[in-house]
Amino acid sequence: MPQITYRKALNDAFAEELERDENVIMLGEEIAQYNGAYKVTEGLHARFGDGRIMDTPISEAGFAGLGIGASMLGVRPIIELMFWSFSYVAFDQLFNNAPMIRYMSGGLINVPIVVRGPANGGTNVGATHSHTPENFAAYTPGLKVVCPSNAYDAKGLMKSAVRDNDPVFVMENTLLYGQKWDVPEEEYLIPLGKADIKREGTDISLIAHGRCVITCLEAARVLKEEHEIDAEVVDLRSIRPLDQEAIIDSVKKTNRAVLVDENKPFCGTSAQIAALIQEHAFDYLDAPVKRVSSLDAPQIYSKPLEDEMVPNAKRIVKAVQEIL
Amino acid sequence: MSKNSNTTTTANGKSGTAQSAKKKSAGVNASLTREDKVLLYRDMVRIRRFEERSLHAYQQGKIGGFLHLYIGQESIAVASASLMGGHDHIITAYRDHGQALSVGMTMNECMAELYGKFTGCSKGKGGSMHFFAPDKNYWGGHGIVAGQTPLGAGIAFALKYKKLKGCCLCLLGDGAVNQGAYHESLNLAALWNLPVVYIIENNRYSMGTSQERSSAGAPLARRAESYDMDWDVVDGSSVYEIRKKLAPAMQRARDEHRPCVLEIQTYRYRGHSVADANHEKYRSKKEIEDYKQNHDPIMLFQQTLLKEGVLTDEKIDEIDREAKNEAAESAKFADESPYPPEEEIFTDVYWEVDHKTEKNQGRLFFND
Repeated sequence: MPQITYRKALNDAFAEELERDENVIMLGEEIAQYNGAYKVTEGLHARFGDGRIMDTPISEAGFAGLGIGASMLGVRPIIELMFWSFSYVAFDQLFNNAPMIRYMSGGLINVPIVVRGPANGGTNVGATHSHTPENFAAYTPGLKVVCPSNAYDAKGLMKSAVRDNDPVFVMENTLLYGQKWDVPEEEYLIPLGKADIKREGTDISLIAHGRCVITCLEAARVLKEEHEIDAEVVDLRSIRPLDQEAIIDSVKKTNRAVLVDENKPFCGTSAQIAALIQEHAFDYLDAPVKRVSSLDAPQIYSKPLEDEMVPNAKRIVKAVQEIL
Repeated sequence: MSKNSNTTTTANGKSGTAQSAKKKSAGVNASLTREDKVLLYRDMVRIRRFEERSLHAYQQGKIGGFLHLYIGQESIAVASASLMGGHDHIITAYRDHGQALSVGMTMNECMAELYGKFTGCSKGKGGSMHFFAPDKNYWGGHGIVAGQTPLGAGIAFALKYKKLKGCCLCLLGDGAVNQGAYHESLNLAALWNLPVVYIIENNRYSMGTSQERSSAGAPLARRAESYDMDWDVVDGSSVYEIRKKLAPAMQRARDEHRPCVLEIQTYRYRGHSVADANHEKYRSKKEIEDYKQNHDPIMLFQQTLLKEGVLTDEKIDEIDREAKNEAAESAKFADESPYPPEEEIFTDVYWEVDHKTEKNQGRLFFND
C-alpha cells in the first residue's frame, strides 16, 4: 500500500469529490494560484480552474458567509481557513449562521458546507495562531466537528464531510501535514461518529483526537517498554457526532482512563468526555479519570516552554502513573 | 382567504408583474396594469394591518420576545417583491414581516410563527426575526445586524455559479452599514461581479441612535463608491420611485453581473422593537407626525391611485376591510393552533437525524 502524507491524502479527497460532484467548490486565502499556504490544495486550481478553486481576499467573515449563502442554494463549498484561529473574525457567520439556519427555518434550508484548516499549537507562533476551537464548535448544536489524526482517516473523513448535508468543521494539524501513512489507492469513506482503536490494551484507556492520538501512541510505547503497562489508545476521530459507545466499552475493559486533548483544560473537550465516563461507567472505574490538556494560559511563544504546554508523552506517562 | 392556504396572490412577480418586470425598466411603472397597481396597494395595506394586529397580540401577551414592526416602510418590501422574477431572490434582516407577506407567505403562517405555534412558517422555531420561504426565494429573516449581508452575496454567487439569470436583493438597515461583514460583502460582490443589489432601508435610526450620531459621511450608499459599485438614493415614500430605480439595478445585476447599493429613505413609526418604549425620546413627536401626515407610502400611493382613477373610496374601504379581516383571521388561526410537540426540539437540527440515515454513527445530542 502506498505511503502518502496527510497533506496529500486531503488533496486526494478534494480532487475526488470535486471530480464526483460539480457543486463542490473550494474557497479560501491563497488556495488557488499560490497552491495553499500549507500546500494542501496544491494542483487543484490548475486542474479544476478559476471557477471552482477560488482565491479569496483576507476577509473571513465575508467569504465564510458567502459560502454559507451559496450552500443554501445547493452549492457545496469547502471553505479553507488558513488557521482555525482566524475563525474568530468570522464567528457570527460560522457559529451563528451556519448551524442555526436549518433549525430556525424549521428544516426548510440546508447548509452543506465544510470549513477546514489547521487547529493546533506546538508551532512556535504565539497565542493568536495556536487556537484549537473544537470544543466551541462541538458545543454548538447543528455543527459537526472532525479532527483526523492521520492520513488515512483524514481522507476518508473528509470525503464524508463533503457529502454531509450539514455544516462540518474539520480541524487539521500543521504538524501532521508532512507525515506519511499507508493510504489505499481505491476509494473509501469513513463515517463520522465512528471511533477507532489505534492500539489495543488492557491496563488503561488513553482517549484522544487529532494529533494527540499520535502523542498517546508514543506514550503507550514508553509505558509498555519502560513500565510494563499495556495502554489502549482510542481515537475519537469526530467530536460531534461522538462515539460514546467506543469510549465506554474501552473504559469498561481497562477500568482506567486518561483523556488527552490540546484544548485548554477548562470546559475543554475532555471535560465533556469525563462527564460521560462518570455517568455511564462509574461502577467500572478503579481510579479517578485524569486529563492531560494544554496548560491553562495563552499559548506561549518560547519553543521549549510551548513544548511543555501542549500534551506530550512525558505528561501522559506521568498522568498514567498517578492512577495506576 | 382560507385557513392554511399556501397560495396568496400578491403583487410579487410570479403572479402578476413578472412579465412587466422583463420589459424595459424605463416603462416599469407605465407597464403596470390597473390590477397590478391595486395589488401593490393592497399588499402594503395587508402588511400594515397584519402588523397592527400582531402588535395587539403582543400587548395581549400572546406574542413574546422581540417584535420589530415595519409600519411606515411597507413600500420597500412590496416594490422589491413586485420586480422579482423566477430566478430572483430576497434576503433581509430581522424586520422581516413585510418581505414575507410581499413574496406571498400567508398571514396565517406568519402570525402563527409569531405566536410560537407549530403551524408557523418555521414550526415555531424561528420567531419574528426568522421567517423563511425558500420555495418563494425568500431566505430570511436574520437576527444579527449585517449577518445576512455575506449570505446575500453567497446567494448571488450561487446564481452565477449555476448560470441562472437572476439576482439577489439583500436588504439591510442603516445601522448595518457600520458592520465589517457588510463591507466585506461589498468588496466580494464588486470583486467577483456578483448579481446582488444591496438595499439599505434607511429609517434614520439604528435602534435609538440617529444616523448623524452613528455613521460618518452621507449618503450612506456613497460608501459603495470605494468598491467601484453603482449607488443611488431613492425616495421610499413612493412605490413608483422605488420600482423606477430598482428595476434597472436588478436588470444590470442579471444581465451584466453588476452589483449596486440603493439607499431607500424611509421611516418607521414604531420603536426599534415593540419593547422600545422610549422611541419618542430620541426623536420628536413632531417628526413622527410629519412622516405620518406627509410621507406615508400607503397614503401617498392611495392618493396617486385615486387621481389615476384606479382606486375608488369604496375599493379602498373594501381593501382595508379585507386586510383587517385577514389579519384578524390569522390571529384566530394562530391562537387556535397547537404549540410544537416537545419532540420537535430535536428535529431540524441535523439533516441526517431527520432523514434517519444509517450513514453516520455516534451521538449527536447530549441530554442527560
